[in-house]
Amino acid sequence: MYLIPCPHCGPRAQAEFTYERTTDSVVDPAGPVGTAMGTLFTRANPMGMDDEIWRHTYGCRAWLVLTRDRLTHAIAAVRTIGPEALP
Amino acid sequence: MRGPYRAADGGETVSFSFDGVPLKARPGDTLAAALLANGIGLVGRSFKYHRPRGIMAAGVEEPNALVTVGEGGRAEPNTRATDLFVYDGLVATSQNHWLSLSHDAGAVIGLASRALPAGFYYKTFFGPAKRWLRYEVPIRRAAGLGKAPAERDPDGFAQRAGFCDVLVVGAGPAGLKAALDAAEGGARVMLVEQDAVLGASLIRDPEAGRDPAWIEAAAARIRALGGRILTRTTASGYWDHNFVTLAERLVEPGAIPPHGIAQRLWHVRAGKVILATGALERPIPFSDNDRPGVMLSQAVRTYVRRFGVVPGRRVVIATNNDDAYRTADALAEAGADVVAILDARPAGSGPASPYPTHFDARPAGVSGTRHHLKRVTALVGGREQGWEADLLAVSGGFVPVVHLHMQAGGKLDWNEAAQAFVPGPIAQACVTVGGAADPPPAPPVTPAGAPKKSFVDFQNDVTLADVDLAWQEGYRSVEHLKRYTTLGMATDQGKTSNIVALSRLAEKQGVAVPDAGVTTFRPPYTPVTMGVLAGTAAKSAGAHVRRLPLHDAHARHKPVWQPTGHWFRPRAYPLEGETTTAAAMREAKAVRQHVGLTDVSTLAKFEVSGPDAAALLELVCATAVATLKTGRGRYTFMLREDGMVFDDGTVWRIADDRYLLTSSTGGADRMATHLSYVRNTLRPEMRVSVVNVQEHHAAVALAGPRAKAIVETLTGGEPPRHMSAARATLAGVPVLVLAASYSGERAFEIYAEATAALPVWSALAAAVAAAGGGPYGLDAMDLLRIEKGHVLVGGEVDGRTTPDDMGLRTMLNKAGGYIGAAGLQRPALSETGRLQLVGLEALDGAILEGAMLIAAEGETPHGHVTAAGRRVADEGSIALALLRDGRARHGETLIASSPMRGASTRVRVAAPHFYDAAGERYRG
Repeated sequence: MYLIPCPHCGPRAQAEFTYERTTDSVVDPAGPVGTAMGTLFTRANPMGMDDEIWRHTYGCRAWLVLTRDRLTHAIAAVRTIGPEALP
Repeated sequence: MRGPYRAADGGETVSFSFDGVPLKARPGDTLAAALLANGIGLVGRSFKYHRPRGIMAAGVEEPNALVTVGEGGRAEPNTRATDLFVYDGLVATSQNHWLSLSHDAGAVIGLASRALPAGFYYKTFFGPAKRWLRYEVPIRRAAGLGKAPAERDPDGFAQRAGFCDVLVVGAGPAGLKAALDAAEGGARVMLVEQDAVLGASLIRDPEAGRDPAWIEAAAARIRALGGRILTRTTASGYWDHNFVTLAERLVEPGAIPPHGIAQRLWHVRAGKVILATGALERPIPFSDNDRPGVMLSQAVRTYVRRFGVVPGRRVVIATNNDDAYRTADALAEAGADVVAILDARPAGSGPASPYPTHFDARPAGVSGTRHHLKRVTALVGGREQGWEADLLAVSGGFVPVVHLHMQAGGKLDWNEAAQAFVPGPIAQACVTVGGAADPPPAPPVTPAGAPKKSFVDFQNDVTLADVDLAWQEGYRSVEHLKRYTTLGMATDQGKTSNIVALSRLAEKQGVAVPDAGVTTFRPPYTPVTMGVLAGTAAKSAGAHVRRLPLHDAHARHKPVWQPTGHWFRPRAYPLEGETTTAAAMREAKAVRQHVGLTDVSTLAKFEVSGPDAAALLELVCATAVATLKTGRGRYTFMLREDGMVFDDGTVWRIADDRYLLTSSTGGADRMATHLSYVRNTLRPEMRVSVVNVQEHHAAVALAGPRAKAIVETLTGGEPPRHMSAARATLAGVPVLVLAASYSGERAFEIYAEATAALPVWSALAAAVAAAGGGPYGLDAMDLLRIEKGHVLVGGEVDGRTTPDDMGLRTMLNKAGGYIGAAGLQRPALSETGRLQLVGLEALDGAILEGAMLIAAEGETPHGHVTAAGRRVADEGSIALALLRDGRARHGETLIASSPMRGASTRVRVAAPHFYDAAGERYRG
């Protein structure tokens, strides 16, 4: 079980988080139709560092991007995604 | 002098039984020690050939002495007798035999073992599948370990989190020292030991290292510095980021726990892990090396020194290292006769010894009864020699316990002198110390005797001949060898066998052992009981119950409750003596004829507000939303990115920049996450707020020809027309009235704050009763919606259906721009042959849900029944189904067949609208 350093809550057990997908598989709804399915189904799957979207489901519920090494499970960086501040 | 097995001093105070025979033991004995002390040599039968087996080891590596301990639901099969401490009243039974342990009918299999080589399963079951049905019964009876208890385990299990700076695994001399140093350095220390006492090798070899009194002093000092020491605790798994799971036995297997908790699973996050896991002794392969009376040398020494049990009177010791000479000393001190030491190394190796020592000597075979050993033969300098002996202690060198190191992602190095893998480069903050890092030298021993009877994996009956066969048949990588022979797959996970087999494989390949490769060690290190993994959830205490805001109001009608997700919802409200089915039909008829009332509070509800609310909903919903006028609503559905229908519901514009979105109960959490994802990651720049208000509102649906009049009376105003929303006051409570129909009748959904909903329900229920209706439950709701052809998420919307399959294509937002619009463009989604929604009418009998649609018996199905019900008016059997090219096949006759339930019905394909297809009733 990883130890994920949530920017808001501090280091927390992986069990509190939910994996969503890699950042390169985010389909842009406004993007061209032709590329959408490629984005969804043809993924890079690198042997090493990759950017992944996770959610701190049982914590602050923030959406996070984890830069994680798939070989060593080392987490190089975590940042929050979403609106900077609500109007 | 001394008794036959047990040193005479001390009283025997613990009573236990083995196979029904009452026996005595001393406090602190393992079951294995107690059995040996009672002169019991035969303790089990082997897995495949049913060969008689005795005790071989003195720890968790024991492959043979597996017993079932305890009775009833507390019975624990496959418990190692060497890892089970005897308590008063312990009941142990031998396993894996048929008739009795001594006279096992299955042992004839051993005589026919030529017919059961490695890969036997693969070879036998290439052929007609029907043959398996004939073989299955005898094979299942012959093979296998202990039986799982049928009763429920009466004990509880707990889980606990732990944190420390330093976690030390293993309380031998190296582990104790490491823990003491860390504690004195100011670190928070946890020390775990799988044994019941601390010290490990110090108990066996007090002369070898520190004074035994040092163990207690060190432990006391660690505790005084705030360290935690756990015994009977196994570090079973080493996961990412120094997360280690510990399985702690609070009582011995099969015992009654005084506080109800039998075992505890620790989740420990450690700053640093020190692995002082020691080494296991390796057996030496030779003919019949699995007989009772052949034991590992260190195990023999452990029984003598720690338990005062001398497992043999005339002993032969076979070794390739110095350690076994200490066993000879221990045996001699206890009064046993060491008749020969067979040292595989050339003359001049090994320490000076007073025993008859033979160099360049290795065991070649043993003979005796099924209970005891009688004779040992060996090749000494190539010539055969024999001795009368009742115990053969073997030592083929030492295998470091590198399991946790490898689980942590560490690599292994090959230690040529010790012929063993040792911890190599690490992947996490851990270090290995002591015997596990630095095993003593032990040169390889060439196996002697017939490979057919030279066992490597004792628990799965894998012999050297099986390894050779796997090689010969092309299963040459270690992974293939493992699968082909089942080597290392038993409950001991090859603790004593792997390296012996790998050496043989390497020899066949003509390469060094490390080049032959090694299989990966995975958690758990020793078997962990399922109960402790489940923890308190083992008795479903972890599942919560969600009650409707109006739960008590429903309860007064004594409904049949239906768990839906975590919710408890009324399924039907039967009258005295009425069946649930009859009640559902009565309730549905009331809706069609008069009026009915049902609770829909569990629907997912989201308030979407802000200047960009419409834009966000246009993205989420596949139907147009922006064109919705204030005060109006619309049926809508959402797609996944690949174009499949995800969920459905309604969307209401309740103010200029405020919308209410509802979706299915079962998909509520999924939809909440989806909306959160869209809002936060796809459209972070939008000025919009999405609030989950599922539990904020209670909601009741009022449906039937008299619904409009009731709403009019209770709110004192004109009710909203179909698909419109209005605010009103009902029974003094502010409510939101949405005119929407799931039943096909004129209907309203009335929303009130959950805490204020009771007066609303009471007023409506009274008015409904006066109009000749009553509350209706989920079953009636299902009858109504099937008749109306409304789809249900989880039934027709099964994750494989597109809007077109559901007949919803005309509702799609022409402007596009919604999630899933691109996915729908895929050519395969508009090809013929897709499953499409149809209705079915039974021509005879009743249609069963889940039935397959076929043209004739024995044919490939054309589709399946997703929901079956009855017409509310005349109770004829109808159903919804997904049928290949269904829309073009209205009028066709098919068979709805359910072979498992032995029922089939002739059905006519129709449009999925059985009732008021023009929609005149709900517009009312």
